[in-house]
Amino acid sequence: MPEVMTATTPGQAAATSTILEVKNLESWYGESHILHGMNFNVNAGEVVTLLGRNGAGKTTTLKSIMGIIGKRTGSVQFNGQQLIRMTSDKIARLGIALCPEERGIFASLDVRENLLLPPVVRPGGLTLDQIFELFPNLKERLKSQGTKLSGGEQQMLAIARILRTGASFLMLDEPTEGLAPVIIQQIGHTIARLKKEGFTILLVEQNFRFASTVADRYYVVEHGKIIDGFANADLSANMDKLHTYLGV
Amino acid sequence: MQALYAQLLVGLINGSFYALLSLGLAVIFGMLNIINFAHGALYMMGAFCAYFLLNLGGIGYWWALLLAPIIVGIFGMVLERTMLQWLAGLDHLYGLLLTFGLALIIQGVFQNFFGSSGLPYAIPDQLRGGMNLGFMYLPVYRGWVVIFSLVVCLATWFLIERTRLGAYLRAATENPTLVRAFGINVPRMITLTYGLGVGLAALAGVLSAPINQVRPLMGENMIIVVFAVVVIGGMGSIMGSIITGFALGVIEGLTKYFYPEASNTVVFVLMVLVLLVKPTGLTGRAA
Repeated sequence: MPEVMTATTPGQAAATSTILEVKNLESWYGESHILHGMNFNVNAGEVVTLLGRNGAGKTTTLKSIMGIIGKRTGSVQFNGQQLIRMTSDKIARLGIALCPEERGIFASLDVRENLLLPPVVRPGGLTLDQIFELFPNLKERLKSQGTKLSGGEQQMLAIARILRTGASFLMLDEPTEGLAPVIIQQIGHTIARLKKEGFTILLVEQNFRFASTVADRYYVVEHGKIIDGFANADLSANMDKLHTYLGV
Repeated sequence: MQALYAQLLVGLINGSFYALLSLGLAVIFGMLNIINFAHGALYMMGAFCAYFLLNLGGIGYWWALLLAPIIVGIFGMVLERTMLQWLAGLDHLYGLLLTFGLALIIQGVFQNFFGSSGLPYAIPDQLRGGMNLGFMYLPVYRGWVVIFSLVVCLATWFLIERTRLGAYLRAATENPTLVRAFGINVPRMITLTYGLGVGLAALAGVLSAPINQVRPLMGENMIIVVFAVVVIGGMGSIMGSIITGFALGVIEGLTKYFYPEASNTVVFVLMVLVLLVKPTGLTGRAA
């Protein structure tokens, strides 16, 4: 096993249980081989961030977990269940939800329809009132066409709609991309709040300054593999390495 | 004037069939990305289904209105499960060729057993006779066809544009992968959508049986005009296909009155004009 498997700080590992375990995951888009054996895990209640350059395979990792990629092999275990051969609708029903990078707001649906689209898969989701408390803007815009919202509002809608389904494992793909600092801050507060409510979050971020405000642990992805991992407490000690990895 | 009103009524009746058929085509195209050339043959099967129900089972018109769309719809769903589903993601041409072939086979089989002449199907007792409206004589059955078609079209519009089920359908038309990743069984939805579109075609077939008789090739001419309607209206819009269907029926009727020589071509002339000015159709969204 690569050393990254033990990247959790000992205290954390003892107090929490692994909810997602990815082993030797490989994926393909048509002919192109994107993931070359990913190994990592996420514990219940954690916020784990995948860092890496563009094209490293971070988004593909989320898509492979969700089952929306052409071909994948290896093992993805969620709460002990093997997902590698499951279709995405079955995977969603186990309580995994994806907020895609392109946000995926539907143009032919208004904001209310977009918000209510994902079916409730298990009990324990947020109520509409709780969602409007997190994102007051959405309440004002329920009748608007989904894609008429601003970029920030669309991102909030994309996160909001997976909160009422009862999914407890959220995958957020670059939720701060292209957004103004004040909205990034609001999304940061939301993630912190969700963590407090017991959600487990797998985050993909380019912006590690933002990630450092919410993440418990990091994995670094390069060429479709995990090449390093460390806890948030060790972030400053790893800064030099990180700059090399990300080329910033 | 009497003749004008009579042609308008004929136009409205044809418009009803155009609307029901193009509505089904639009729904199927949106969800399956397939240009369903078998639509005319399935319309014909609806009429034959009513004929069989009556002559083999003694089941009359009213039950046929309900049963024929369900039976033919199930036949359509079998086609989708066994054949059409494998074309997902391929070029339109494959779906077009497959459904065109299916149409030829279905029509060939019926022609083999029933020839090309029409089989009679009587107007139900409750809808016989006519009414004098003062300015024209209205056969009750024809009035019924127009009103019932309009109600079915509007109900379908409501289902798709205003209900939760319709929201799934619209969303899956835009991005099926994401809708499935939310936990919705999209392949099953696609099958049901094809069944719905086919059911609408079969319903039009039952409605037309007492007017046009039941003929193996009844769908063949119809489908050509309906494709022109769809091109004019634009594939993307539900309300667009309903309005265009009725409007083109009426325009055809008016042409029969004012310049009968052009009545068979007016729809295609309009199609050419629309394609020149707005290639996505009058209500179509740009792809």
